[in-house]
Amino acid sequence: MIVAERKPLDEIEAMLASAERVLVVGCGTCVAVCMAGGEKEVELLASELRMRAQASGQRRRIDQVTLTRQCDREYLDALAAYVEEYDVLLSTACGAGVQLLAERFDGKLILPALNTRFIGTAEGPGVWSQRCLACGQCLLHLTGGVCPVTRCPKNLLNGPCGGTNHGKCEVNPENDCAWTLIYRRLEKLGRLDLLDAIQPPKDYRPMTKPARLVHPAFQTESAPPTK
Amino acid sequence: MVRLFRDVLQEKDFVVTAEIGPPKGTDVSRLVHHIELLRDRVDALNVTDNQSSVMRVSSLAACRLIVEHGGEPILQLTCRDRNRLALQSELLSAWVLGVRNVLCLTGDYVTVGDHPEAKPVFDLDSVQLLQTVQYLNQGRDLAGNNLEGATDFLAGSVVTPEADPLEPQLVKFAKKVRAGARFFQTQAVYDLDRFRRFMEQARRLLAQNQMGPVKILAGIVLLTSAKMARYMNEHVPGIMVPESLIEQLTGAEKGKALQVGIQIAGRLIRQIQQERLCDGVHIMAIGKEERVPDILAEAGLA
Repeated sequence: MIVAERKPLDEIEAMLASAERVLVVGCGTCVAVCMAGGEKEVELLASELRMRAQASGQRRRIDQVTLTRQCDREYLDALAAYVEEYDVLLSTACGAGVQLLAERFDGKLILPALNTRFIGTAEGPGVWSQRCLACGQCLLHLTGGVCPVTRCPKNLLNGPCGGTNHGKCEVNPENDCAWTLIYRRLEKLGRLDLLDAIQPPKDYRPMTKPARLVHPAFQTESAPPTK
Repeated sequence: MVRLFRDVLQEKDFVVTAEIGPPKGTDVSRLVHHIELLRDRVDALNVTDNQSSVMRVSSLAACRLIVEHGGEPILQLTCRDRNRLALQSELLSAWVLGVRNVLCLTGDYVTVGDHPEAKPVFDLDSVQLLQTVQYLNQGRDLAGNNLEGATDFLAGSVVTPEADPLEPQLVKFAKKVRAGARFFQTQAVYDLDRFRRFMEQARRLLAQNQMGPVKILAGIVLLTSAKMARYMNEHVPGIMVPESLIEQLTGAEKGKALQVGIQIAGRLIRQIQQERLCDGVHIMAIGKEERVPDILAEAGLA
């Protein structure tokens, strides 16, 4: 899932500037799971902002709503009826959700309350770590299910650098060395032969931004199949 | 007239290279002084590439200065700051400017350096960079396009004999050889028993895979103080200075630790040569290039 964290309150307040009517818009999907922008967090953020406004004597009305999903147009329509009552919409979605909100309500100033961090997995309660870079060319079948593109800071495809340190990464000693993990996994699987071939330079074309994807079932003449 | 490093590697029993670092800024007087000091004392001079991710004069410019001053340079080229276009362009430029040897490295990560906010590149890895050198040597680029005039580089790389765990390091070592590395300059070695074991494994690997002649030069990093040795043990992966050497540095008279470090380096080199542990040494006197002749004298190589 997409993992995000809330921006510091000071930064959010500075973005709001002189806005008097603020709607905090939450998202019930990834950012709810990672406790950054779901219903609970939206409630908390809204009340923190209210308290701050009150303390500084600022006239500010802050309401809140949490949508099922902000990255899907159909869930945004529900907002249309009352968006006009607000000066700004403060979104606690990931960057994708914020942008769709801005696209749907193009006459409104949309502000991001989160920093979107990565695609990752939950390690345990309250801890997530990055696992996928969405490179568009998965090679996990060659690396024992451990992604060197994501988990090695240097994207190394042919083995560890000299900074591998007792199984840890020199860039951040809290992280495991991806190549030590890969080696150990393949060793356990009896598939060290997978490391024999020299991996060619990665094709970065699938990562050309902005990417777009049309499901084969939805391809029409106006949207030719991607090669 | 200095000899081509390629010839030296083939003909000489014991090869000695040394590392010099370009300046941060445009004053190259110290660099030129080091080139003149070392040019005839060692077989080739490595020039670091924004070493430790600290921005400096490029390796290529300093290598050209070595050529102009009658020395034999080894261009160090890392994957950190350049994508495949820039790397190939740098290699062609190096060839045009008279550089004949290249050491292919991954490079330190950007956050350890003086521009930690920079975008790290790492488009290729060191194995792929070695392959790229081979393509250019064959007259084509990485995309398969023909070149007007090929290069004929001697390519080398690095290996960390004390890497823990060692097995993945050896996998990469073998790939580097297959990708065209003809010489290796190792990370610093201090414990020669451990280095001997590494060399046995490396030689077995080369023989098993029937890989061509590959020369290995042991990395000798000059110890300047007990503090520096301890710092490396704690902070530099793959470097293990044994406690006995640290004690020698600690026991040195005030102001004499560097002298002891020079003696240690000389002794290591002498022993490596006498026992024929490998094909030579690569001296890294980081910031103390001035003292390389003293190390060579201690080693009996002056």
